[in-house]
Amino acid sequence: MSLLTDYTFAFDRTDEAAHEQLGGKCRSLVIMTNAGMPVPPGFAITTKAFDAVMDQTSLRADIAAVLDGLDTDDTAEVDARAARIRELIMAQPVPEAVRDATLHAYQQLMDLCGGEVPVAVRSSATAEDLPDASFAGQQDTYLWILGRDNVLQKVRECWASLYTSRAIVYRAANGITDEGLSMAVAVQKMVNARTAGVAMTIDPANGDRSKIVIDASWGLGELLVSGEVTPDNFRLDKVMMSVVGRVIGDKHEELVPTPDGTLVRREVEPERRTAPSISDDELVTVAGLAKAAERHHGCPQDLEWAIDADLPPGQNVLLLQSRPETVWSQKSTTQVTSSGYGVEAITKSLLAQLNRS
Amino acid sequence: MNSPATSFPSPYDTPAPAGAEGWQELYPYNLVFQDNLRDQEDRKFWFCDSQHWPNVFKPFEVIGVEFASRCLGAYNTRHYIIPPANGIDFRIHNGYNYFSPVAVAPELIPDRVPHFLQRAGHYFQNWGELLENWRKDVLANIEEMDALTFEALPDMVPLETVTDGVGHDPSVTLFENYDRLIQLAYRNWERHFEFLNLGYVAYLDFFGFCKEAFPDIPDLAIAKMVMGVDSVLFRPDDELKKLATLAADLGLAPAFADATSAAEVLAAVAKEPKGAEWIAAWEAAQEPWFNYTSGNGFYGTDVYWRDSLDLPMGYVQDYIVRAAAGETLGRPKDELLAERDRIAGEYAELLSGEAAETFQGKLGLARAVYPYVEDHNFYIEHWTMGVFWRKVRSLGRLLKEQGFWSNDDDILYLSRDEVRPLLYDYANGWAVGTDPIGPSYWPAEIARRTKIVAALAQARPQPAFNEPPAEINEPFTIMLWGITTEQVKQWLGSEGDDPNVLKGMAASGGAVEGLARVITTPEQLGELEQGEILVAPVTAPSWGPVFGKISATVTDIGGMMSHAAIVCREYGVPAVTGTGRASTTITTGQRLRVDGTAGTVTILD
Repeated sequence: MSLLTDYTFAFDRTDEAAHEQLGGKCRSLVIMTNAGMPVPPGFAITTKAFDAVMDQTSLRADIAAVLDGLDTDDTAEVDARAARIRELIMAQPVPEAVRDATLHAYQQLMDLCGGEVPVAVRSSATAEDLPDASFAGQQDTYLWILGRDNVLQKVRECWASLYTSRAIVYRAANGITDEGLSMAVAVQKMVNARTAGVAMTIDPANGDRSKIVIDASWGLGELLVSGEVTPDNFRLDKVMMSVVGRVIGDKHEELVPTPDGTLVRREVEPERRTAPSISDDELVTVAGLAKAAERHHGCPQDLEWAIDADLPPGQNVLLLQSRPETVWSQKSTTQVTSSGYGVEAITKSLLAQLNRS
Repeated sequence: MNSPATSFPSPYDTPAPAGAEGWQELYPYNLVFQDNLRDQEDRKFWFCDSQHWPNVFKPFEVIGVEFASRCLGAYNTRHYIIPPANGIDFRIHNGYNYFSPVAVAPELIPDRVPHFLQRAGHYFQNWGELLENWRKDVLANIEEMDALTFEALPDMVPLETVTDGVGHDPSVTLFENYDRLIQLAYRNWERHFEFLNLGYVAYLDFFGFCKEAFPDIPDLAIAKMVMGVDSVLFRPDDELKKLATLAADLGLAPAFADATSAAEVLAAVAKEPKGAEWIAAWEAAQEPWFNYTSGNGFYGTDVYWRDSLDLPMGYVQDYIVRAAAGETLGRPKDELLAERDRIAGEYAELLSGEAAETFQGKLGLARAVYPYVEDHNFYIEHWTMGVFWRKVRSLGRLLKEQGFWSNDDDILYLSRDEVRPLLYDYANGWAVGTDPIGPSYWPAEIARRTKIVAALAQARPQPAFNEPPAEINEPFTIMLWGITTEQVKQWLGSEGDDPNVLKGMAASGGAVEGLARVITTPEQLGELEQGEILVAPVTAPSWGPVFGKISATVTDIGGMMSHAAIVCREYGVPAVTGTGRASTTITTGQRLRVDGTAGTVTILD
């Protein structure tokens, strides 16, 4: 296997997807794509590529020097040193092999999409999404990036986001050393999202594993994920795939692409604000994806999904991300008070029924 | 807009329609709301059971509600001593039946528990054996009932009566047979409830567990996990399908094509070389499977397949046509079982340790006792009552021949206790050598009663009387009739409800759009067209053959365990039951969207 293919990894590649090579996000996208799930196409720039860039010079040692003796409670100092490190990374030259591999993979993606399409560039760190860490970084996701030079720029910015103030402090607080710290980057076709949201295969309110809970709002999912929009909320029974609860939110803003190739954040008109952003059929499709993802991974999942305005009904629900749910999965399952069967148990039930009033 | 009512009117303030004055005298004194008892009667909440009794009672027909309600009560109150529930009190008002569950005072409940544990425990431990015993007795009673005859009193007693020193005349047999007919019906109604409420409480135990372990689990999911696929209730329809398939296999289909009656079909089939084989199969299927009614067994005019062969033959003809068009005739039993196992398996996977064991244990018991909940309906309401009404009608025809009245069914305008003095009148005239008085008395009285019943039938019943309790928690009220706190609120009419959306129980999953066909009597079933949505006060299991034609069912009343719900799940047809007002709100031809998963019916026009 040539070095070329070690630096990138298309999502539909069937070789084994290693966490150390791809980071949690990319690995999941590869697994989901290979499981036949509707994932927008893309590729990962692997940790090996990042390492090749970082190891060209003494950059790692330089970074260690900058961080040496840092008091993480001194926010001004943290900010200053973090900025300095990011400058170093942005200026670091990229080896030819890495650049060629990236451009080749990018071109293949554009060809697959039938021409130049905007992409999302997201970091996929190996430390960030550990199963027991619920931290998700900011400044590590770039949306609606058009053109290869812009894409390469954003890839660098993702690499640099390993050293945001927050990331530095987080690693220090959680005992994650910088040694061997690496990152992959996902480059993925953007979805022209009419509606997007998240889904969990466990009820985040109480850990009930018999539910799939879906939040949805208009446009791209970023506003929902960041909590800036009150989404529609739906609870479905996981076995019957039927809606058991729904609350329509006041979806006052949306993030949507414009005809001139940028993203705009704008107000939603009154009728759509309080109209459901997703149909029941689409809900069941999203729930079906979530259930399949959970089954595939063998543990409760936390997903991001979108409905592509450019695709026909029945093919327009896409899976953007799936990662292990981190809060409730660690806790024990529901306690039920009713136990046993037979006439004693039946008697208790009859009496309990009365006491419910 | 007015704020919603919190209470229903009093029966004492709900007069009968014009022309029905004096209706109270048609029914037993203990079943009408007495004026001097207003205070105590108005303190109770009464709901109309139009699921079992959608039509006005003729006097004789009170036997069904009396026997059924009383026997249900006895098992709760006196046999198994069900801790929180006694029986269900009932009254007839304006010709319809109203129920009021009788709760047990809280301080009395604890003392009942040990008795329930012992008595119900015995049945759960010995279920199979006791059920076999039940079957034997029920079938023996049916056989004895079937052997009863009502014959005209002869001009002379047979010579053997004299030479053998018999010492009495055939009037003895006439009286005894009539009394025995009523007694045997009563015995089988006693048997009807022997297991029923135990089956329900086992189901409720599983139901309650699921609601706790899986909050907001759809009721439908629980029902699907428990139901079997081979209830004897569906056997009659399965037999018709077999007969249709046999006809096609024997190359007899053309003989069925144009005939418009069973007699015509049989004549055409008899001419064919393989016809005899088919006819033998047709005759063999009738006993017991044609003891099956398109009604529900509670009305003397219910049509039974055995007595009206045109009806089942029509279904066979329809099945032959559908099979020829490529349709698969069987019920999707394998699919139903696979789905049942999938659902139970997936919920089970969510549990571990003790909870998982409890789930399997309760599910196992619910599945073991559930078949009775479906099967008993065939043995009692269909078979027993089929024989019963056949005998009643034969007596009615005999008395018509003796001049007592002019229509076959006029006997139904007498209460069962008025028939006794009438039989004495008949035997007396015969004995004394004069004419009985009845022929100059009953016709006018029957005409008077006919007018009253017709007047009562002009109005649909009020859904309930008086103030409902804050919470409905009597288990049978909820499960069988679908009367929940929610349902009651809906009947009262919540503010701001969309009048074009009816809500009910999500009884059988799936969503469809189509044209409505409102059916209020089984005779209208022939009007149903392919793909229409059946809208009715209530449906019956024997309507099974039309379930292949329709795309969904909507009913006025009925819970998850009502026959309409059970049948629709068996046939894989979406259903919304217990809407309260579907059959009076929707009109034939309206476009509807029925969502059996959400429990909603939307009028789209």
